[in-house]
Amino acid sequence: MASICVVLEHGRTGISKASLEALGEARRQAGDGQVTAVIIGKGLDEAAALAGRMGADRVLVADDDRFAEFNLEAHEHALSQALVDVKADFLFMPVSTHTRELSSRMAMSLGSGLAVDVTAIEEKEGRLHFTRPIFAGKALETVTLEGRPAIATLRPNLFQPMEEDAGRSADISAIGLSDLEGLRTLVKEAVAAAIDKVPLGEAQIIVSGGRGMKGPENYRILEELAGLLGAAVGASRAAVDAGWRPHADQVGQTGKTVSPVLYIACGISGAIQHLAGMSSSRFIVAINKDPEAPIFKVADYGIVGDLFEVVPLLTEEFRKALG
Amino acid sequence: MDFQLSEEQNILREMVRDFARREIDPVAAAGDLEHRFPRETLSKAAKLGLMGITVPADYGGSGMDFLSYVLILEEIARSCASTAVILSVHNTLACGSIHKFGDEEQKRAWLPPAASGESLGAYMLTEPGAGSDAASLSCRAERHGEGWRINGSKAFISNGGQAGFGILYARTGPGEDSDGISAFILDMKTPGVIPGPEEAKMGLNASSTVMVNLEDVLLPENALLGKEGRGFPLALDMLNYGRIGIAAQALGMAEAALEESLKYGREREQFGRPISEFQSIQEKLTNMHMDVEAARLLTYKAAAAAVRGEKIILAAATAKLFASKAAVRCAEEAVQIHGGYGYIKEYKVERIFRDARVTEIYEGTSEVQRLVMARQLLDM
Amino acid sequence: MKIAVMVKQVADTAARIALLPDGSAVNYEGVQLVLNPYDEFAVEEAIKLKEAGGGEVVLFNLGPDSADEALKTALAMGADRAVVLRDPELGQADASVRAEILAAMIAREEFDIIFCGKQSVDSDTHQVGPAVAEKLGMPAVTFINAFSLEGNKATVSREAEGVAETLEITLPALFTCTKGLNEPRYPSLPGIMQAARKPKEVLSLADLGIQPEAKVKRQGLGSPPPRAEGRMLTGETDEKVKELVRLLRDEAHAI
Repeated sequence: MASICVVLEHGRTGISKASLEALGEARRQAGDGQVTAVIIGKGLDEAAALAGRMGADRVLVADDDRFAEFNLEAHEHALSQALVDVKADFLFMPVSTHTRELSSRMAMSLGSGLAVDVTAIEEKEGRLHFTRPIFAGKALETVTLEGRPAIATLRPNLFQPMEEDAGRSADISAIGLSDLEGLRTLVKEAVAAAIDKVPLGEAQIIVSGGRGMKGPENYRILEELAGLLGAAVGASRAAVDAGWRPHADQVGQTGKTVSPVLYIACGISGAIQHLAGMSSSRFIVAINKDPEAPIFKVADYGIVGDLFEVVPLLTEEFRKALG
Repeated sequence: MDFQLSEEQNILREMVRDFARREIDPVAAAGDLEHRFPRETLSKAAKLGLMGITVPADYGGSGMDFLSYVLILEEIARSCASTAVILSVHNTLACGSIHKFGDEEQKRAWLPPAASGESLGAYMLTEPGAGSDAASLSCRAERHGEGWRINGSKAFISNGGQAGFGILYARTGPGEDSDGISAFILDMKTPGVIPGPEEAKMGLNASSTVMVNLEDVLLPENALLGKEGRGFPLALDMLNYGRIGIAAQALGMAEAALEESLKYGREREQFGRPISEFQSIQEKLTNMHMDVEAARLLTYKAAAAAVRGEKIILAAATAKLFASKAAVRCAEEAVQIHGGYGYIKEYKVERIFRDARVTEIYEGTSEVQRLVMARQLLDM
Repeated sequence: MKIAVMVKQVADTAARIALLPDGSAVNYEGVQLVLNPYDEFAVEEAIKLKEAGGGEVVLFNLGPDSADEALKTALAMGADRAVVLRDPELGQADASVRAEILAAMIAREEFDIIFCGKQSVDSDTHQVGPAVAEKLGMPAVTFINAFSLEGNKATVSREAEGVAETLEITLPALFTCTKGLNEPRYPSLPGIMQAARKPKEVLSLADLGIQPEAKVKRQGLGSPPPRAEGRMLTGETDEKVKELVRLLRDEAHAI
């Protein structure tokens, strides 16, 4: 039984999904202990109520224009103030660019341990053990944390949020803030980033099309899927030789060698030259009409089917899952 | 015996490997297909100090030792043998000759623009009628006032079509043998210096190889490099260093052939398994590995001896002969391992096969190397 | 302008990472060690600033003796001198300990700007930069991909989950650097030669007068689960697609 505090990130569209996952995990680990949510932002009434329904016993809010955009200095100040009032064993946050810097500074300020990008939490002999990837996931370390509250940032899409309980409500109060004068950080602008074409060699997700695409105009459906996933679009040699895609998009022995987290091969047979270029992808999905296509031998997940049917359905399904 | 490289040499190798991977790899195949001289690569290389590697800092060079230079050539050759030979001829034969045998005035005049990459160097010894028998060269340099008038033809001149300066060997004395040959520093823009069209070669297609005709070329007195009539020993001396450079180039090619073959062997499957699991392929790969290791050791040993200022004639010839034969063997096996793909220009080993062959020929054929080695071994 | 750059030597990202037979630590034998790739952006930005407005670029490194090679690479790029702390005991030090030590090393002089890479590619904590800034009481921005300076204010950009932010920071401040900030230069040959002659100050914990305590204790080390055999999905097309997305999200955690 522990007392856990959770920072819920509140952006333009409310509390992030990853924040609710962290809250759910805090609830699970706390058992009968107290779970306190901290929300710093602007226009937080709905969010505070949701936090209660999603597992928080108590919610501390700093609701102010000054917190409308993330300002590390201001947010750190508010969080520190919130913690004055809370005797927490742990402080959880979802992993994000903002929480990475926030948690690092808080850990130093509190003099406690920080586990970053946690993928599993287990209780052993009365202590919480946090597992996290190192060396880009080539190894995993498990650690315990000193200092209270110790901090853990949780990887998104791994932990489960609680089932929303309409009957549940939390005790909501405002964080006592002192003057925020003398900030040396000024947010001048925060706008949705233009979606630049992700370079093939650096993409974490690649959607690739081969001879099965039947023509250059059909790559449109891959581009739509890629846009949704923030992915790059690749091509097999057959497609490039046919003039459907530029050579710069070619994945394979005589094109680019890529190693994304996810490689979705559509209408690609899987000739060795192509495999040479993508076989070190973490996960490979193959979509092909031919059940004997060699690509299925290296795929983690395979769908035998018409890509013109499968890909649009996939795009829709992803849209629902990521929404 | 310490087989470790120094920290600087490790950093150096890392840097050049990085440079070669990012700047040379992407353009090497096209350079070969289109016979395109790598001007842009050379100018980037110049910014890093790669055009005056062993030239002292006082003359605008990088002041590195010969072993470091060999490491650089090896890494460049892994990516592109043409770029490597351009650098080798420029650095060792052209700059090296002036650095070792030039007087202060000549060094000050020629080394800085060479080291900065402004002026590319060539080496003009071989003639249509004088190859292995270089001493029988017939290009003549007659006294003309205070200076000289040169007439003759030079053949197979690397960098010749792109050079700003060159080391020229011509006969100043009577007789037809090694006595009476002098070395000159030639400004390629001198009237009468007529480079011919680019030779269409089997390989090293991104490099420049031309005949150079010299018609009444007038050179000032201070163009003479070293002592009059004592040019041939100068040529032989420089060729020792040049040979180690070629050994490094061959080594890089052999390594590239092996690297490509290991990759292909792991990925290509036939009869349900990667072909690298078959004994006949393993025989080839292991032979290539031994060739590469031995070539590397011979090359580094010769370079280390050069750094210590020891006599290098035997070590240089040994390294050149072995490394060039190793490169040819490795290239051949690499093509065979790749099967049909080894015959297709899209695959690197096809180019390595064509590039490697000349290493047994230039800067002294394998037969000449044996001659040199035999004389050293038998104290003749 | 005095600029500090924290640099670290790490395993090359292409290296195969294996554990020692007893699972106690990562096996570094035969592993190529390099300057942390993200630190290259930090070093480059510092040198660019120096070239534009004068000043000094000082490297800070905490690590084993072998880290000298990474240091020399950064010196060869154009940094002026290095301050290092070598203590074999600190090999497995957690990020908070590293940050405390580096902060103490940096605090000995007055710097206008501190740069470092956004993360070191071994521990992947992204922590040391902001933690050092906290210890030194200065503002910090992480993941910057653009930087400009006007007087004592820096204007930086960075992307956070699809939002492009532009921030103005009053110096002294710390910035962690990511790809896109600049194109790190290759160390030139003369640079490599000069690096050996640049001053390197070696400190000990006693010099700093601190005794940092570990806040993170490693209990175990493991390898990720092996790749499972490929699965052909079954059912109607829409069922297969739903299942695929579910698997990618919940099993593979690929999205």
